[in-house]
Amino acid sequence: MDIALDGQQPHADHPSGALRWITTTNHKDIGTLYLWFSLAMFLFAGSMALGIRAELARPGIQFADPAVFNQLTSLHGLLMIFGAVMPAFVGLANWQIPLMIGAPDMAFPRLNNWSFWLLPVAALLLLASLFVPGGAMAAGWTLYPPLYIQGGIAYDITILAIHVLGISSIMGAINVITTILNLRAPGMTLMKMPLFVWTWLVTAFLLVAVMPVLAAAVTMLLTDRHFNTHFFDAAGGGDPVMFQHIFWFFGHPEVYVMILPAFGIVSTIIPAFARKPLFGYASMVYAVASIAVLSFIVWAHHMFTTGMPVAGQLFFMFTTMLIAVPTGVKVFNWVATMWRGSLSFETPMLFAVAVVFLFTIGGFSGLVLALVPVDIQLQDTYYVVAHFHYVLFSGAVMGIMGGVYFWLPKWTGHMYDERLGKLHFLLTTIAFNVTFFPMHFLGLAGMPRRIPDYALQFAEFNFIASVGAFVLGASQLLFVYVVLKCIRGGAPAGSRPWDGADTLEWSLPSPPPYHSFATPPRLDAS
Amino acid sequence: MPDAAYYQPPPSAWPIVGSLALLVLAGGFVLLLAGFAPGAYAMAGGALMLALMLFGWFRDVVRESLSGKLNARVDLSFRWGMVWFIFSEVMFFAAFFGALFYVRRVGVPMLAEADLLWPGYQAGWPTAGPGIREGFTPMAAWGIPALNTLILLSSGATVTWAHWGLKRGRRRQAALGLAATVLLGAIFLALQAYEYMTSLFTIRTGIYGATFYLLTGFHGAHVALGAIMLLVILLRVLAGHFTPTDHFAFEAASWYWHFVDVVWLLLFVFVYWL
Repeated sequence: MDIALDGQQPHADHPSGALRWITTTNHKDIGTLYLWFSLAMFLFAGSMALGIRAELARPGIQFADPAVFNQLTSLHGLLMIFGAVMPAFVGLANWQIPLMIGAPDMAFPRLNNWSFWLLPVAALLLLASLFVPGGAMAAGWTLYPPLYIQGGIAYDITILAIHVLGISSIMGAINVITTILNLRAPGMTLMKMPLFVWTWLVTAFLLVAVMPVLAAAVTMLLTDRHFNTHFFDAAGGGDPVMFQHIFWFFGHPEVYVMILPAFGIVSTIIPAFARKPLFGYASMVYAVASIAVLSFIVWAHHMFTTGMPVAGQLFFMFTTMLIAVPTGVKVFNWVATMWRGSLSFETPMLFAVAVVFLFTIGGFSGLVLALVPVDIQLQDTYYVVAHFHYVLFSGAVMGIMGGVYFWLPKWTGHMYDERLGKLHFLLTTIAFNVTFFPMHFLGLAGMPRRIPDYALQFAEFNFIASVGAFVLGASQLLFVYVVLKCIRGGAPAGSRPWDGADTLEWSLPSPPPYHSFATPPRLDAS
Repeated sequence: MPDAAYYQPPPSAWPIVGSLALLVLAGGFVLLLAGFAPGAYAMAGGALMLALMLFGWFRDVVRESLSGKLNARVDLSFRWGMVWFIFSEVMFFAAFFGALFYVRRVGVPMLAEADLLWPGYQAGWPTAGPGIREGFTPMAAWGIPALNTLILLSSGATVTWAHWGLKRGRRRQAALGLAATVLLGAIFLALQAYEYMTSLFTIRTGIYGATFYLLTGFHGAHVALGAIMLLVILLRVLAGHFTPTDHFAFEAASWYWHFVDVVWLLLFVFVYWL
């Protein structure tokens, strides 16, 4: 503990009130801002999902005409991805990476502030787009032309919001890479870094590589809409399918952006609660790197029904299935870490184990979808919706929640309410499965996604899914309550509330001082 | 311990000014696109705010650098930061080159193969597509573009010559080299503007016009940005900000300039020549 207080800077070097948060250059403050922003967007985009489920609870049109329904699905996707999941991971990165590698802060503290404060700008733009003539963007989060070209003002606003989000992500990712490469404490070699740091290094690389590609794609949409280019118009020699190629060249690495940090969190939590070192550390690192490399050569598996040559379908099918190998290595290592460990199941561990189990289901349904003949049947059905919610909700979101429970004692200095945390876990896990598991059946039976109405035979499963969704949504209010309660008080956490946790942040008091590791810790001494 | 003094900037208002600038800029652009002309004023205001923010932010960094607050570790952070920033720019151009290669190798041949919609359409490059009837004359490679290639390559040499000067403490050579580089950049842009004004096709000329103008246009914008960077560096050389061992700002700008140069070579080969 002494190492942290050593050479610590004075505490009152920041303005108070709102100005503190607007002008802050402190990684902990900025991490907190990211996490609150993410929570707000999670609840907002989640309520949009409840709108979708309310509409789909019964056959026929209840309250949302198709245009409104499409706006709900489009904004739900965009806001969950860019507003909830990614900012939550960046928030965790901000809080944890400097603490875990013994750095005084992020490498570019001012840039860090800007990365965050661009997010409210993008959110404002997207929210404003709900109120313009014609309503919000309704072409799906994938923004496909020619539909996208034909939309109203909201479509332009969405493009500019994506540009702003892209600037934020690229700057944030450059900051993360530089921090990890340049600000590690002496003695912390790359292969000694905690796995959360490793997964974020790879994630940041993916972001720098693909966010500019998304920027280019939406720029082409904008010029096609307003400046008479013909990128996606066959009459001018362009090709609407080309948009899908460019978009998914971004989009597939993007899904790993949303899962790799969750892998890092799970790889941090499981050893702590199994009281054993992570099994196969090096293979974990290589697996993450392989997944990242493979993510660049699988994109067209999102497009098997667009009429590509069989050779192309085979190539993308096999590369996609290849990803199961490094992913399987990770799942195996998590299970092997638990094997014969002194296991205890506090809330973070419950979430981590649930991620291992439920993400694996999402991974398997992904393998099913990788098969070209099967995918041609399942493309754009609820099977796909089930698949990506199993990876994005029970992979990414539940990974984030596990991380929040794991590190809340460190951030606040208090233990959260374990009983309520477990209740939140149980409600979330059960309601999640009630919501999304039936969607596999709906998809296999042929129910198309992004349609507000459906044939009568789908009624029962849809009703079950809608009930599950509302329980899932309500359970998250409990999460908010647990977090607020933990911030306001609770049993003192001490510097190391989890006896199996051995990364550097646990050597600091809880909460850590405003500036920590102004002098880097000596790793060889401990 | 070298890390003890890693500089941590105090709270700063520049980022929020930048965010507001982008909000105003984006809002104005949306209004303009929606047919509301005064949106242009908002855009101008936003751009001005953005320029002021960049000026103020960089001025802060320059002052921190001159007062010796930035140690070798910060210098290395800047280097990593610039490398990854340029990599992100490479990926931005890669997407447009990808679009060019895709339409040339896949999109246009497939349009010609599918005889259903536009019978008789022949694949080839350059093409404005089957639905655009007006003829056009593509840009020839061996006129202005070849001259521009020569100009940009020379500017790469002059900026290196300036770097040699800086490293040997010859400020006059550094300043002359930088001035020559900026001048060559300006000539390049002037020639490109002339090329645009006299061209025999527009951005509406199908996929050829679209890829041509977006690729060369974004490249031109990057040349302009690089030239502004080098101009600032020139002023800083004249103000005596750099030493033979400590001049990363110069190197960052020259890296950027070389990146712009390489992109041009690819443009010359794949957009103008082949």
